[in-house]
Amino acid sequence: MKHINDMIAELVDVANHPVRSVRTAMERTGKKAVGCFPIYTPDELIHAAGAIPVGMWGGPEMGNLSDRYYQTFCCSVVKANTHQALRGDYDFLSAVLVTAYCDTLKCTIENWKVAVPHLNVIPVVYPQNRKLEAGRQFLIEEFQRIRKELEKALETTITDEAIEESFALYEAYRKAMRTFVDVAGRYPGLIDATARHAIIKAACFMDKEEYTDKINALIEALEAVSAEEHGQKKIILTGLLAEPDEFLDLFGENGLVVVADDLAQESRQFRVEAAAEGDALTRMAGRIADQDGCSFLYDDEKSRGAMLIDLKNKYNADGIVYCQLKFCDPEEFDYPIVKREMEEVGIPLLYIEIEQQMDSVEQLRTRIQTFAEIL
Amino acid sequence: MDTQKTSKQVLGELLDRHYKEAFTAKEEGKLVAWATSISPQELLTTAGIYTMYPENHAAAIGARKQAQEFINHSEGKGYSVDNCSYARVNLGYMEILHSEAGNMPLPDLIFCCNNICNTVIKWYENIAKELNIPMIMFDMPFNHEYEVSDQNTKYMKAQLLAAIDQIEGITGKKFDYDKFSEVMSISAETSIWWKKASLQARAKPSPLNGFDLFNYMAMIVCARGTEEGRDLFKLWHDELEAKAKAGIGPWREGEELYRVMWDGIACWPYLSSTYKTLKNLGINMVTSTYPDSWYIVYDQNDLDGMARAYSSNYVNRNLDFGVNNIVDIVRDFDLDGIIYHSNRSCKLMDFRQFEVQRRVEEATGVPSVIFDGDQTDPRAFSQAQYETRIQALVEMMEDRKKRGGNGK
Ligand code: SF4
Ligand code: SF4
Repeated sequence: MKHINDMIAELVDVANHPVRSVRTAMERTGKKAVGCFPIYTPDELIHAAGAIPVGMWGGPEMGNLSDRYYQTFCCSVVKANTHQALRGDYDFLSAVLVTAYCDTLKCTIENWKVAVPHLNVIPVVYPQNRKLEAGRQFLIEEFQRIRKELEKALETTITDEAIEESFALYEAYRKAMRTFVDVAGRYPGLIDATARHAIIKAACFMDKEEYTDKINALIEALEAVSAEEHGQKKIILTGLLAEPDEFLDLFGENGLVVVADDLAQESRQFRVEAAAEGDALTRMAGRIADQDGCSFLYDDEKSRGAMLIDLKNKYNADGIVYCQLKFCDPEEFDYPIVKREMEEVGIPLLYIEIEQQMDSVEQLRTRIQTFAEIL
Repeated sequence: MDTQKTSKQVLGELLDRHYKEAFTAKEEGKLVAWATSISPQELLTTAGIYTMYPENHAAAIGARKQAQEFINHSEGKGYSVDNCSYARVNLGYMEILHSEAGNMPLPDLIFCCNNICNTVIKWYENIAKELNIPMIMFDMPFNHEYEVSDQNTKYMKAQLLAAIDQIEGITGKKFDYDKFSEVMSISAETSIWWKKASLQARAKPSPLNGFDLFNYMAMIVCARGTEEGRDLFKLWHDELEAKAKAGIGPWREGEELYRVMWDGIACWPYLSSTYKTLKNLGINMVTSTYPDSWYIVYDQNDLDGMARAYSSNYVNRNLDFGVNNIVDIVRDFDLDGIIYHSNRSCKLMDFRQFEVQRRVEEATGVPSVIFDGDQTDPRAFSQAQYETRIQALVEMMEDRKKRGGNGK
């Protein structure tokens, strides 16, 4: 048991010290690092360039340096990232990929070009009509454009072979993650909601080979012990992300175990397996085309509700928590629909508005307690 | 011939008809679409699909000071106060279905173009889902490079063709390319007259009171593909031109002392009070960043050109473009100041505003202020703050005039 605990603690530690972790990884591998805004950046290309992709998902410190660029009603992911970038925290990055999934991010691409020119902003514009053939083509061209920009920023060349290899590694990583989230919920004593989140997030700050090895070892170790008998209620988290730790701690405290998630920072990163056909770029575009139920990708079927119901049934969950990051409007727009759909089938749904920087979780504590009681 | 009507009368009549005819169309079994304000309506007009514009409608509800009821309804369903208020008004209207500002029949299909923002994707997805109707989606990728790239154009053109297929499927009729060609050319002409009319405000004094731009905007949104629309804007242009030649200013009483630009959308619930504050101080808002968005001009039958034109509006362009655009406006219209509306609804317009303001000021020396408001949610605006900011602007403009900084 001790061994498992150590494995878990090591990954949690990585997640809790992002800058230190990335610097360690850079030193150990001699690689450069490239920042990646949410969501779905083509990390494979960065890896193929011989660099470490670093997830940039805001953080507990929002500061005020970003006030130069953003009004108060901007989400904390962008405000925190901007604050940290202006303060110089990210100066070790050779480039930053900034996506354009929401209106805030479009502005961020532009602001960052001016605010932190030395960080080499590389815009990433994914097609919303991603299922059309023209959309797939567009995305492949977008990958090629990004590839060139990365080559420039990192002063290297990215070969087709390297992309194929990196893609294979990423598919292995994603497969391992699908297994991990499937297994983790059976061991709430070892892995509570907070640890689960940190273990998954650690991937943002490590070299992928190393991380994948560690996660596979952890899965193996977990599977070697029999699943815990626990009377805990099972919940599913949905949203952009579930932070901070003080918020996640409330689940454990109230006897709630996370058995699955639909978080952009977690399962949406790896739940889609690439189709077998084609070269790596085609398969990468295919993964985006196949990603459904995500608030950031056009989905006229609005399949998120149906998908949550499927998840609920698959894991025999008791309820769903909608983790709404304040000011994240694509997520806000999905909520009324999800709410109606859950009501129609009688699945308990708890809506929680979160900020990555929260002074106090007292109010949330009561709400989560009450929710746990009705389950 | 009956006596010539003024453009204002025609505008009123056309708007009235626009709402009434939608119901007639529906009764006659024609299809009705709801579309975003700068979408390739040419396709719908060609296919004989009657098209309504929720943004227009929400603005009209806002101007009648009735937005709150609809907003409350949406918020009651779980929509956040942070969501665009046009969306909240419209998603409320979709269920209440009655407003004194005019009514729209429910749509049979929904037509969405994200050249104005990605917010509309979410908003329209929800309409399509709730009403269980088909959605046509035009994705116009954000132009982070100065010009619209070939990569973007190719993708957008393919979507135009895919939409034609989709429309053929929905209507069960072959798409009429001859008619399409005609609609394309009328639409371009209408755009040109709209632009020419707004350019009359370059005269000093300006014959145009810029708040009229906000009023006429309703029609450039909804009648761009029609002959009536084209004729209206030509008529308006001729009136303004005649006034400019005669040296007539924007108001019956009062002199145009300062010429300013308004960045962003109006505060519809406070249209008259925001207007009066300016007028009382002799400030004429002669132009806005907004009107050029409907200057959608391309060669007839040129689908590449059409795709580019629809992707070219300033909110879908990069910061350098946004800055140069305003700098040109300042010079072209000989402005004394700029008013930036920090519109709680519109993140895409807001979150570049600070940097745009700094750079425009640096390039032109023209003073500016930012005030907090919202296009339709009445709760986000404070008249007191607005007045204080405008006062400050006047002081800065006066100061600059004294220093001889007015002019180029
Ligand atoms: S609004 Fe949401 S999607 Fe957009 S940057 Fe913020 S957190 Fe990310
Ligand atoms: S106001 Fe802004 S966010 Fe709302 S629909 Fe218009 S462009 Fe989009």
